[in-house]
Amino acid sequence: MNAQEHQGWLLVAPATLLFVGIVATPLAMTLLLSFNGWSSTQGIVPTLTVQNYAEILSDSFFAEIFLRTLRIALWVTLICVLIGAPEAYILRRMREPWRSSFILVVIGPLLVSVVARTLGWALLLGGNGLIPLALHRLGLTSSPVSLMFTETGVVIALVHVLVPFMVLSVWASLARMDPATERAAQSLGASQITIFLRIVLPQAMPGILSGGIIVFSLAASAFATPAIIGGRRLKVASTLAYDEFLNTLNWPLGAAIAVLLLVGIVAIVVGWNRFIERRYSQVFAS
Amino acid sequence: MPYLALENIRKAYGPAVAVDRLDLGVEKGEFISLLGPSGCGKTTTLQMIAGFVEPTQGAIALDGIDLSRLAPEKRGLGIVFQSYALFPHMTVAANVAFGLEMRRVGKAEIRQRVEQALAMVGLADKGGRYPRQMSGGQQQRVALARALVIRPAILLLDEPLSNLDAKLREEMQLELRQIQRQSGTTTVLVTHDQQEALALSDRIVVMNQGRVEQIGSPFDVYERPGSAFVATFLGRTNTFSAEPTSRGLAVAGHVMMPGERPATISIRPEKVDFTTDGDGLPGRVLTRVFQGNHWLLHVETPDGLCLVIRPNDGRPVPGEGETVVLAFRARDASLSLAGSTP
Amino acid sequence: MRNGPLAVVFHAVFVVFLLAPMVLVCLVAFTPEGFLSIPTTRFSLRWFERVAQYPDFIAAFRTSLFVATAASLIAVLFAVPAALAIARYRFTGREALNAFFMAPLMIPHLVLGIAFLRFYSLLGISGTMAGLIIGHVVVVFPFAMRMVLAAATGMDKRIEDAATALGADRITTYRRIVIPLIIPGMASGFALAFIQSFDEVTMTVFIASATTTTLPVRMFTYIQDSIDPLICAVSALLILFTVLAMLVIDRFYGLQRLFIGEDKS
Repeated sequence: MNAQEHQGWLLVAPATLLFVGIVATPLAMTLLLSFNGWSSTQGIVPTLTVQNYAEILSDSFFAEIFLRTLRIALWVTLICVLIGAPEAYILRRMREPWRSSFILVVIGPLLVSVVARTLGWALLLGGNGLIPLALHRLGLTSSPVSLMFTETGVVIALVHVLVPFMVLSVWASLARMDPATERAAQSLGASQITIFLRIVLPQAMPGILSGGIIVFSLAASAFATPAIIGGRRLKVASTLAYDEFLNTLNWPLGAAIAVLLLVGIVAIVVGWNRFIERRYSQVFAS
Repeated sequence: MPYLALENIRKAYGPAVAVDRLDLGVEKGEFISLLGPSGCGKTTTLQMIAGFVEPTQGAIALDGIDLSRLAPEKRGLGIVFQSYALFPHMTVAANVAFGLEMRRVGKAEIRQRVEQALAMVGLADKGGRYPRQMSGGQQQRVALARALVIRPAILLLDEPLSNLDAKLREEMQLELRQIQRQSGTTTVLVTHDQQEALALSDRIVVMNQGRVEQIGSPFDVYERPGSAFVATFLGRTNTFSAEPTSRGLAVAGHVMMPGERPATISIRPEKVDFTTDGDGLPGRVLTRVFQGNHWLLHVETPDGLCLVIRPNDGRPVPGEGETVVLAFRARDASLSLAGSTP
Repeated sequence: MRNGPLAVVFHAVFVVFLLAPMVLVCLVAFTPEGFLSIPTTRFSLRWFERVAQYPDFIAAFRTSLFVATAASLIAVLFAVPAALAIARYRFTGREALNAFFMAPLMIPHLVLGIAFLRFYSLLGISGTMAGLIIGHVVVVFPFAMRMVLAAATGMDKRIEDAATALGADRITTYRRIVIPLIIPGMASGFALAFIQSFDEVTMTVFIASATTTTLPVRMFTYIQDSIDPLICAVSALLILFTVLAMLVIDRFYGLQRLFIGEDKS
């Protein structure tokens, strides 16, 4: 051990101890908890059993909720890509001072409480809200139909909550792009659409993909928004776990749901990363 | 014993050797340059003198005192970094005063010495500014003032002028030289710029791949390069392979200079002349480029391209496509015997 | 390159989409009616007056401020040495530790909430202020760490060498050079951590008790019961508070940039 090692470890020691004590330990305990038994009379039974997992994996009620969570997260990710990436590109092409003010408009909502933003969507999506009324006026629905407690409503609100992450992520990769590549394509006779599809999009891809991962994992584990817009009627994995903990008081089952949610998200994110890496190495090799 | 003595210094990072078998003595008041391409070990050498890097082997002594046991902050050396490394949160005056504060110099004396130092670098009225408010050249001067104000035993300059544009660099070279002469501070300069080393130094240490190639005065190193590396690194040079004949060394059958053994002839472009009489190497002018104070010609000879520099002094210079005969004086050429690697 | 008309329309729709819910909440807050409606002819402050009479929200706001301040301070204090070590020392486990410190970003807050709920109930500190603050320290630590780390890595190592060469010992170098240079990073780390903590709902729902409820959690539970102009007024105030904080931070960053300047190396 040299001086670098000593001093380095000495300096990181406090934060490391803090993290081991208050992150690693509780997480390990939660994992243990998910293998405990439970009865309505005794509460938590300190045995080692896979009964919680068996229950979740065999019951179609749980399967439906997990599938819904996945479906919502995928839709949110897709829509965020479709509107966030073009918006980042448009922002990049703006002139100052428009650019910096609109970047503030994009970042701003990230700082506003999720609860306040979701409340806005509850007002917009509810039976007397602007969106059902507009849909009715446009003749798309025969009467104003509330989008509250629907998957569509949850998806719309979550897109609103998460799309700034996508814009920022794409923005970051576009910032590394040499603007001359666009002019070069233009000088070679490419149309605006061709430039976007063949020149800009490939260079924005790393940002889109990493933004996608962020949006997906946050959408899959989102709590406040689905709890308010989806309510008790439209449960997702996180609100289900919440109910098990604070209403049913079946902590082991709730812990098992949380563990499965975490494992599921990590598996999808890791798989996604692998896929991207493989694809990308091919793209750059050819 | 020299003022600063480096003895048999070696620095290895694992299997990679940065500096090897380095012996160097610097006299008091001398201005010495470590010159070489990037990765030649010159910066590592400077860092070892400064104490930021520990030599794997060897000893460094200053005025007879072993430096190796002295922490960098106790060595009392003045350093000007390539990035200047000014303290961005302190005014120029506070930057310069810092080293004096560390030495617990009294307030009044600090003020006086800071003033003097800033006046010396021509920034007498800029003490209240912050580094970011100054130009590159000015920041450079602040860095120099900060290093000199502590009256260092040695001034270490790490590529101090490389961030300046060409014109400013030339001005600063003159100024640096003047300030150094005036203060009489022993100075070690690290640079990859041969022009800078030639202009500033009393002696130049040419380094390559961790080894010293040659140590000598700028004139010596330039005029009598000790190796093919030195010859090509310092200025441009033409090389010809020569065979001995009964009348002397010949290039492609044309006798150029005296000599008895096969050798490589190195000759500077500005030492090659066109001749109309006597022996010489025939050639044809491929390109001729005007460069203001001189002409640059590429001449095709039977032994490859030859670079010729002719001053723009009113004498006619052959045009492109003309055939010419090249000649040079034997004392301007340096020989390395064939088969021996420099 | 300029944006075409299609791009401008797209951008306008996007901005409306982003701002609409917040604007709507603020509008509804000014309704003179007793029910949810957008005021058309008359604006009223009656719901804001009601907020002032509602001690729950005031207390929750105070708790939020306190928790966010305490958690962010603690996070920054722990982050400074760790960031300095990771930025400036090469030691085994450095990369792994960096990833470890960033981990709370990857773990869903729901899982953290559950983990703390279980942990605290075993330790017997459920529902305490200390527990709440510790939880928030974990959540905001990566943000504090990231900003301090950026400041520490952005610093020219030669600046420290320069101080050393001028005779400053290790402590003096830290006190006079290193710390002043990373203070902007600490300040932005604190600001970012504060915002994250102040907005946190998901984890807090699990570990806050009736006496330690934060504002977002109080709002969340209120909304689950009913949505009325009162909660809109609370949200409007929160949005106003956020906008003000943003302006202050923007201003503050600007000043910091002026003070530190751009690194030209």
